Amino acid sequence: MKSLAELQAIKDRMKDKVILREGTGDVRVVVGMATCGIAAGARPVLNTFVEEVNNAGLSERVSVSQTGCIGICQFEPVVEVFEAGKDKVTYVKMTPEKARRVVEEHLKGGKVISEYTIAANNE
Amino acid sequence: MIRAHVLICGGTGCTSSGSKAIQAAFADSIAKNGLEDEIKLVQTGCFGLCALGPVVIVYPDGTFYSRVQPEDVDEIVSEHLLKGRVVTRLAYTDTGKDVAEEVVGNVSLGDTAFYKSQHRVVLRNCGVIDPENIDEYIAMDGYAALGKVLTEMTPEDVIKCVTDSGLRGRGGGGFPTGRKWALCAPNKAPQKYVVCNADEGDPGAFMDRSVLEGDPHSVIEAMAIAGYAIGATQGYVYVRAEYPIAVKRLQIAIDQAREYGLLGKDIFGTGFDFDLHIRLGAGAFVCGEETALMTSIEGNRGEPRPRPPYPAVKGLYESPTVENNVETFANIPQIILKGADWFASMGTEKSKGTKVFALGGKIKHTGLVEIPMGTTLREIIEDIGGGIPNGKKFKAAQTGGPSGGCIPASLIDTPVDYDNLTAIGCMMGSGGMIVMDEDNCMVDMAKFFLEFTVDESCGKCTPCRVGTKRLLEMLDKITRGNGTLEDLDALEKLCYYIKENSLCGLGQTAPNPVLATLRFFRDEYVAHVVDKKCPAGVCKHLVRYEIDKEKCIGCGMCARQCPASAISKTNYIAPGKKLPAHAIDSEKCVKCGACMGVCKFNAISKK
Repeated sequence: MKSLAELQAIKDRMKDKVILREGTGDVRVVVGMATCGIAAGARPVLNTFVEEVNNAGLSERVSVSQTGCIGICQFEPVVEVFEAGKDKVTYVKMTPEKARRVVEEHLKGGKVISEYTIAANNE
Repeated sequence: MIRAHVLICGGTGCTSSGSKAIQAAFADSIAKNGLEDEIKLVQTGCFGLCALGPVVIVYPDGTFYSRVQPEDVDEIVSEHLLKGRVVTRLAYTDTGKDVAEEVVGNVSLGDTAFYKSQHRVVLRNCGVIDPENIDEYIAMDGYAALGKVLTEMTPEDVIKCVTDSGLRGRGGGGFPTGRKWALCAPNKAPQKYVVCNADEGDPGAFMDRSVLEGDPHSVIEAMAIAGYAIGATQGYVYVRAEYPIAVKRLQIAIDQAREYGLLGKDIFGTGFDFDLHIRLGAGAFVCGEETALMTSIEGNRGEPRPRPPYPAVKGLYESPTVENNVETFANIPQIILKGADWFASMGTEKSKGTKVFALGGKIKHTGLVEIPMGTTLREIIEDIGGGIPNGKKFKAAQTGGPSGGCIPASLIDTPVDYDNLTAIGCMMGSGGMIVMDEDNCMVDMAKFFLEFTVDESCGKCTPCRVGTKRLLEMLDKITRGNGTLEDLDALEKLCYYIKENSLCGLGQTAPNPVLATLRFFRDEYVAHVVDKKCPAGVCKHLVRYEIDKEKCIGCGMCARQCPASAISKTNYIAPGKKLPAHAIDSEKCVKCGACMGVCKFNAISKK
């Protein structure tokens, strides 16, 4: 190691790989992954969230995890976004494309995409 | 893209409870479910809750699985990793609340009572990173302190920073680390040395092992920093050969650091050279004493030498040397990065920072805890340690191993730091803390530690070699019920004589367990001497097993169980019973207690 820059390069390269272990971030994205969720296609949704959050450089602030059945199987895949001090947002009938938009507009831009939420789909 | 990490403890504790098999089972199951690209499996160092091992943590949720068996692994993979449902029957909770309720509320490891009151500085990476991967250490700010020291600070700055932080030696002595370095730095010599004392020999202490197993790079980095501060280019880690996992990981870490050029020539292009070697100890307790340790590194029989000259002037190979303990070193990189003020803000007036304790004995959460100095014993035992099992009463905590004393229940609110413990005749020691309940005999405890020091005395000086042997004989006499009150006075006098006249720390502190127990539990000694009774029922010669002839139905179960054939039939048949009662011949009885264990009628008692 001949310079601090080399050390910093390793750190930058590795940071994403260990950040998961620092516990949950300010924002928690939880994907419903019970049998109903998986059958409805929750796995690609989950993987899209993981990738996009990382690509958008949000991994310090946003953690992506899974949960079991949320109880509204007809709306699967269901994704919930928890943020301290804000109401929980529940997105339903998710797809990888929708997930990409949620990362871009909601997680990055701070704007809830109301047409994907359960409220919009329940009427 | 990795979305979850499965951390499996690879410390000595969990390895012996089978974590290697768990890791293999996870690898299989993850492959079977096609999750290799999503789930990363990491072997880490000690998490601290050794009693609950093997331990597995799943991130990002921070779900803590305890006592995992290979057959549980498929369920964790298919339920938790695939479907996101926590396997509640294996999830650990210590709050008494329903596990299911807690995990739904996303309670993670950091929220449990065991971890909540802890403050992890030394152990910050233990159980978080893979100790065999230098990149993970670097990701956690590893080697940034060394970089800062070499590029921005003079050796004087480094010593000032360590001095200002108030860090004191964690091996037990509590000597200010900064002052130790400052004493060594000005001494001119062609070669100086940095030595790490990892000869952790106290019975019940395992924090140094856990640091070396869980975060070896922090010690390597700190030793290089010390080398820069005092002008040394060569370091030795003296580690017990009984710690094979620690030795292996340390060697891997040294090799990786060399490969990255973080050890060797011209580190960070600053012209600073530093290299490290491991020396294995052969198991002698006295080699934990700094001068004996250096003698042993030199290849000689591990015997202490008189001080002065101190190692800072004439240490290893007669050259100026700084020697610090593993835990002391592990604090250094954080102090450099976060500053002396940050470190000095933790702890008490004269004891700064945190201390790692190895909790053992009669306590629910056996394991490793790190707390700010000044935390009370009550918090350590009741909150973090989870209290005494089986509803027994707390009697005393033994700290400092064979060199230490004990803190009685009456002083449970003592804030734990160097000076408070010294004030009550106890000692911080390296951090072993053995919790004792009402079933422990304090005389027997003192005898146990004396047996240890008699074995381990190197024999060089007479007060230690002969004195400790005589002490042990006196204790033995007392536990056999042959002691007199005069013996107690003679015992105390001999203790002080050994303390004042021994050559090294081993002898100077060997009488401490006796003095401390005499001070706080003199009544127990008196009971042994005057009443010929052991109040806790431990000392075999003072215990009598008796059969209540009115309760005995004459089944003969006890007689069949007795290894010494000490139980036989009598001529007496109790009213309402059909067979003659049995009796124990106390001459033959070996006091093993086997009879009491098998009697279904509670007819046998210990007196």
